Amino acid sequence: MTDASPPIPHFVNKAPFDANESKSITEEQRQYYLASQWQLMWWKLRRHRLAVISGIFLAVTYSTILVSEALAPYDLHTRHTEYLFAPPQKVRVLHEGSLQRPFVYGLKVDLDLTALRWVYTDDRSQRFPIRFFCSGKDYPGATYEFWNLFEGSFHLVCPSPGGQLFLLGTDRLGRDMFSRILYGARISLTVGLIGIMISIFLGIIIGGVAGYYGGLVDSIVQRTIEIIRSFPELPLWMALSAALPVTWSPVAVFLGITVILGLLDWPGLARAVRSKLLALREEDFCLAAELMGAPPKRVIARHLLPSFMSHLIASATLSIPGMILAETALSFLGLGLRPPITSWGVLLNEAQNINVVALYPWLMLPVLPVILVVLAFQFFGDGLRDAADPYK
Amino acid sequence: MLTYVVRRILTMIPTLLAISAIVFVIIQLPPGDYFTSLVNELQSRGESVDAAKLAFLKEQYGFDKPVYLQYFHWLVGMLNGDFGYSFEHDQPVSAVVGDRLFFTFIVSFTTIIFTWAVAFPIGVYSAVRQYSVGDYGLTFIGFIGLATPNFLLALVLQYLAHIWFDVSIGGLVDPEFVDEPWSWAKAVSVMQHIWIPVIVIGTAGTAGMIRRLRANLLDELSKQYVITARAKGLHPMKALLKYPLRSALNPFIADIGILLPQIISGAAIVSVILSLPTTGPMLLRALQSQDMYLAGSFLMFLATLTVIGTLLSDLALAVLDPRIRLSGGRQR
Repeated sequence: MTDASPPIPHFVNKAPFDANESKSITEEQRQYYLASQWQLMWWKLRRHRLAVISGIFLAVTYSTILVSEALAPYDLHTRHTEYLFAPPQKVRVLHEGSLQRPFVYGLKVDLDLTALRWVYTDDRSQRFPIRFFCSGKDYPGATYEFWNLFEGSFHLVCPSPGGQLFLLGTDRLGRDMFSRILYGARISLTVGLIGIMISIFLGIIIGGVAGYYGGLVDSIVQRTIEIIRSFPELPLWMALSAALPVTWSPVAVFLGITVILGLLDWPGLARAVRSKLLALREEDFCLAAELMGAPPKRVIARHLLPSFMSHLIASATLSIPGMILAETALSFLGLGLRPPITSWGVLLNEAQNINVVALYPWLMLPVLPVILVVLAFQFFGDGLRDAADPYK
Repeated sequence: MLTYVVRRILTMIPTLLAISAIVFVIIQLPPGDYFTSLVNELQSRGESVDAAKLAFLKEQYGFDKPVYLQYFHWLVGMLNGDFGYSFEHDQPVSAVVGDRLFFTFIVSFTTIIFTWAVAFPIGVYSAVRQYSVGDYGLTFIGFIGLATPNFLLALVLQYLAHIWFDVSIGGLVDPEFVDEPWSWAKAVSVMQHIWIPVIVIGTAGTAGMIRRLRANLLDELSKQYVITARAKGLHPMKALLKYPLRSALNPFIADIGILLPQIISGAAIVSVILSLPTTGPMLLRALQSQDMYLAGSFLMFLATLTVIGTLLSDLALAVLDPRIRLSGGRQR
């Protein structure tokens, strides 16, 4: 072996020696381990695509109720007496083959004397361009009282002066359905929020007492919950809201209904709080905190409360749609809210008669927002519930 | 087992007593009673009030007595089969109610059967083929079914049936059978009409049941005994049917307690829309006109139906599941 191949160069790592290298973690991992519980929950929720979309949808919907007046083209109570039961107008961009800015045709009204109904046809000679970001008082129903505070007339979309813009048709009294649905969201969406606050408040206190003291108190609470739960909800709601005096003002009735919904919804939350409290008390981290000398107050406030707060929020989110539906059902039956308070249920009350609905199907349109909001709450609540326990 | 049954039946009594007290409080809640509103109405129309009849009714139903005595009177009357007097219909409640309780029972019972029949195959399929296209599709449909309120579904279905087929889907029997005595033809007619309300009322419960069955079966399928059975070469079908499915089926019985109030609630409002001859429309009317004994009897009946249904499901569960039978109670 004379021809010497060059020796393999000896590899020396110049980097300083770190005995703990295998234990070190990357920056990303470090962030993950140090992240707070809420941070982790946010990351987990973000991965749930449907929940994020639903959450955004709900956020948008809830923010519309802040500015319903400006979004709706007409005021809530404006009656267009010459346009009763007008069908939804189509927004068009093509007129005789040429591209235009968005417009609607005028409406021609005829009375069909055999079927005794109004018949509307497009009047192609009249074109009413839709105005955007307009601030005119030049058509009926343009002015409003913003939150009953000050007068305004700014609208996102307006009809032309002398024209109409019934995007979703009009009702029995010639009121614009689109505007009424936007205004109705205000009541329908807040019923659930106020109701759930009452329900959470009662649920935490009653469930907390039952879980904390146990024994006799616990069994009494448990029996009460069982009795309330064995009632079919809707007949009970019907009976209670029928008991609200007819002499009450609509606002008082609204508050009464929300209180009824809240008062009957707490058993589910109380049960969740109780079982969570009982389970968490046995957890290792609780024992650890106690062994390190933490007083019960600190254990409850620092360790137990944050752990089940997330669960509580998730289950509360899941019971909001029930309340929205309950209000809708009660108002639909005529036992809940009454005009002039306008909610989606009150609007649907007009669609009770099948013969009316068959002639004027757009009266059924408030069904859509109800279903969308309920679905969004379901998906969002589901995502929250999955994210509520980020360590799993 | 016998002690469990006896104890379970005994705990039903205080529950029913508490429910009757709550019902009585609720029907007493509206200010005034039926007579005050009746007298007001008659006097406003300038008609005279039959004082003798009024006094007789007031005495008969103890309106002059303190409230707790009225409650006691009502309770004892109910135990003897006297449910009070419907002021609006001017008849005893038991005569007014008639077929309606029976129809409510039929609709609820059929809905439960429907829920089982639909939830079973779909739930098993979604669990066995987890994350397949079929599973995703069915889960999504289930979600929509869970979220769509049944009375809105009834409204939309009724409209679609009207414009597509030009038929009215309301009612539970053909018009010509309404006041007929029961016959084979009438039963057939009921069978033809019952589908729509059953589907409408059952949708939400079915969707919930599918989700629970799927979750239970998935839990069970990932347990080690199933893996062992498969590893040893047991036929997949047998490894599914022999034990996992049997223990995953518990919610079918156990959830009747959740399902029944839901179904009865749903039936109450759906029957108003579809004008079914069940308790719903009459309860609504009675509540609006403060016909307190009629409303009270309906509420009491609906709650009792739920309580008895839950009792039966608990007993059936004890028979089916030795764990419950031996430990003497269901672990919630």
